[in-house]
Amino acid sequence: MIRLRNVTRDRNQLVYLILIVGVLLFPVLAGFVSPGDSGNYLLGQAADAGVYVLLAIGLNVVVGFAGLLDLGYAAFFAIGAYTYALLASGQLNSSPLHHAVHLPFWILLFVAVIVAATAGVILGAPTLRLRGDYLAIVTLGFGEIVPKLFLNLSQWTSGVNGVSALDYPSLPIWIEGPWVGSSLSIVRGFSFAFNSMAYYWLMAILVLIVVILVSNLQRSRLGRAWGAVREDELAADAMGINTVTTKLLAFSIGAATSGFAGVFYGSKLSLVSPENFSFVVSVTILVMVVLGGMGNIPGVIVGALAIYYVLFNVLTNLPANAKGIANAVGLGFLNRPAPGGWPGLEQEVQRLNFLIFGLILISIMLLRPQGLLPSRVRKEELEKGVAE
Amino acid sequence: MVSIALQRTRSIANGRLGSLLLLLALCVVLVVVGQRVLSGGLSFFIQILVFGLANGAIYGLVALGYTMVYGIIELINFAHGDLVTLGAFIGLAFFPIFGLVEGKDLGLIGVAALAAVFLIAMLLTGGINVLIERVAYRPLRNSPRLAPLITAVGMSFVLQGIMYLWKGAFQIHVPDILPGSRIPLGPGASVGVKDLIVIAIAVVLVIGLNLFIDRTRLGKAMRATAQDRDAAQLMGIDINRTIAATFFIGAVLAASAGMIRGLYFNTVNFSDGYQLGLFAFTAAVFGGIGNIQGAALGGLFIGLVKAYGDAYFSSAWTDVYVFAILILVLVFRPSGLLGMRVPEK
Repeated sequence: MIRLRNVTRDRNQLVYLILIVGVLLFPVLAGFVSPGDSGNYLLGQAADAGVYVLLAIGLNVVVGFAGLLDLGYAAFFAIGAYTYALLASGQLNSSPLHHAVHLPFWILLFVAVIVAATAGVILGAPTLRLRGDYLAIVTLGFGEIVPKLFLNLSQWTSGVNGVSALDYPSLPIWIEGPWVGSSLSIVRGFSFAFNSMAYYWLMAILVLIVVILVSNLQRSRLGRAWGAVREDELAADAMGINTVTTKLLAFSIGAATSGFAGVFYGSKLSLVSPENFSFVVSVTILVMVVLGGMGNIPGVIVGALAIYYVLFNVLTNLPANAKGIANAVGLGFLNRPAPGGWPGLEQEVQRLNFLIFGLILISIMLLRPQGLLPSRVRKEELEKGVAE
Repeated sequence: MVSIALQRTRSIANGRLGSLLLLLALCVVLVVVGQRVLSGGLSFFIQILVFGLANGAIYGLVALGYTMVYGIIELINFAHGDLVTLGAFIGLAFFPIFGLVEGKDLGLIGVAALAAVFLIAMLLTGGINVLIERVAYRPLRNSPRLAPLITAVGMSFVLQGIMYLWKGAFQIHVPDILPGSRIPLGPGASVGVKDLIVIAIAVVLVIGLNLFIDRTRLGKAMRATAQDRDAAQLMGIDINRTIAATFFIGAVLAASAGMIRGLYFNTVNFSDGYQLGLFAFTAAVFGGIGNIQGAALGGLFIGLVKAYGDAYFSSAWTDVYVFAILILVLVFRPSGLLGMRVPEK
């Protein structure tokens, strides 16, 4: 009873509790919507949302903890995804190497983490001494260069077509049951292909691992060093913190998380192409972090889920929904194209999508500039008016 | 380990070996470029030079807006690129009203009409930007620094959304009303009158801006606000009005860039602002953000790199060159070409 009261008093623990319960209950809910379906659409979407949750947590280390503005975060996502794409498909067979590589997903998770972290160090080492917004522009440049490289090195990456037919993750043993419409049984040599349930749980576990690691980092000596560097780099330096190493670690840990997410993304979609990693992706992830509440992991998770839901569910389905509502309330004539350039309600709403998303961003930011669930430290700063 | 390696790379970058390496790299680049230039011929080289300058003038005008806004409130105004397209869209709407149609000789009345369209587009876009600042940025002036950045992103989406609703996702044709004649420059080389007009308009605007900032009271207020907002306020400067004026002027320049760009390339699309803004911002940082001359210079440089990259190498790689040069410049000269070295506050 006492513990429960503590949980409800500490907002972050409450959010975690709600999230965990939500993650556990979601498959049941999705099962009601489309029962006995292993390729459940909702679960698949939830797993995709998890990719953005991972990305937002990773970017939060860079932006929220260490206070470095990274505008090209999608580059590391791309590096992770392409690492998986090249080393777990037949792609290298048609490259100058002439030999396909099919490494297992589980190994490549770690390989991609190392590759992305290395890329982070290579970019960060010479540039992290730059002042705030100059760093932002360097990362922006990097974010533009990396997808272009994957686009232009087409003999390795098939250029604009992207790498397709990536291997699916597999496990030696898996349990299946009524929740996917079969009897309880143990499957050997299980492949994740098109199995949304499997991807969903895999993603839940990956997010859990990353959340635990990052929260521990936040409370560690390194986490406090990040806070010190963020608040006042000069003072941190004077206190004996090696600011360059501290920032570099934030940068490479963020990059590693992004690479991690990239592997999952590639394996689930089974297709990786350069246009999936444009500047818009970097900005979307940044929006998730800022909107959720910079520096606060549960806030960032909520921000990522909210933005993902709005972008890929509400706005995607809005035109069709608008059409349905118009039909239902007797305004069906709106759905037919009319003279004077009216393309029909569905088309018109589709054109509005950009505008609506922009308005949502502006209004949330105006109403809650500190984010939905701000970190306590930042909130104090804001209320007491400590200038940055 | 990491820190030792870092210190070593840093000392290499700063030391004599660093400059030697940089010089060597420059030599290699020069030899490669020089070879291509020689095989392409001088007239081609000059033609590309003019094209690059015209392009760079457009980037420069847009970069000025970025640099002014950044200089005064430290905001990367992501919506600025879209103001360029918005300016072109607004101007385009007034073309038929002022009788500017394709295929007619411009004449004196035509020039006056075009000037009027320029003026209207600039003033309207300026007004819209002041409104945007009032609604989306001013309430967040004392918020965490990233909050206005997100509203700027949102504004960019809103502006693009409005233009999309207005004209759809097509490439919109801008009437080709500037004279298409070319001035011969020796054997095989010629310069388009169009290019010269573009460069001339940009030069006039930049000089005007410089005079404005150097000589007028409002310009002085802008400089003071950029340097120290609180002190400026204590000296009796109306901060809100000064910042609004900065946004107005930035948008005026952006609209003019949009009009010039439309007339030069004869096509405009609702989403053009994104790429343009990215390059213009790069130009602003390149020249030293907050520095007016730097932004103009950065714009020219980016325009030239892009033009020569497209002409002598593959256009698929141009973006990579531009951003790679940007990163290298910032690594070796962290405050940009003309930026001052400001100590960390």
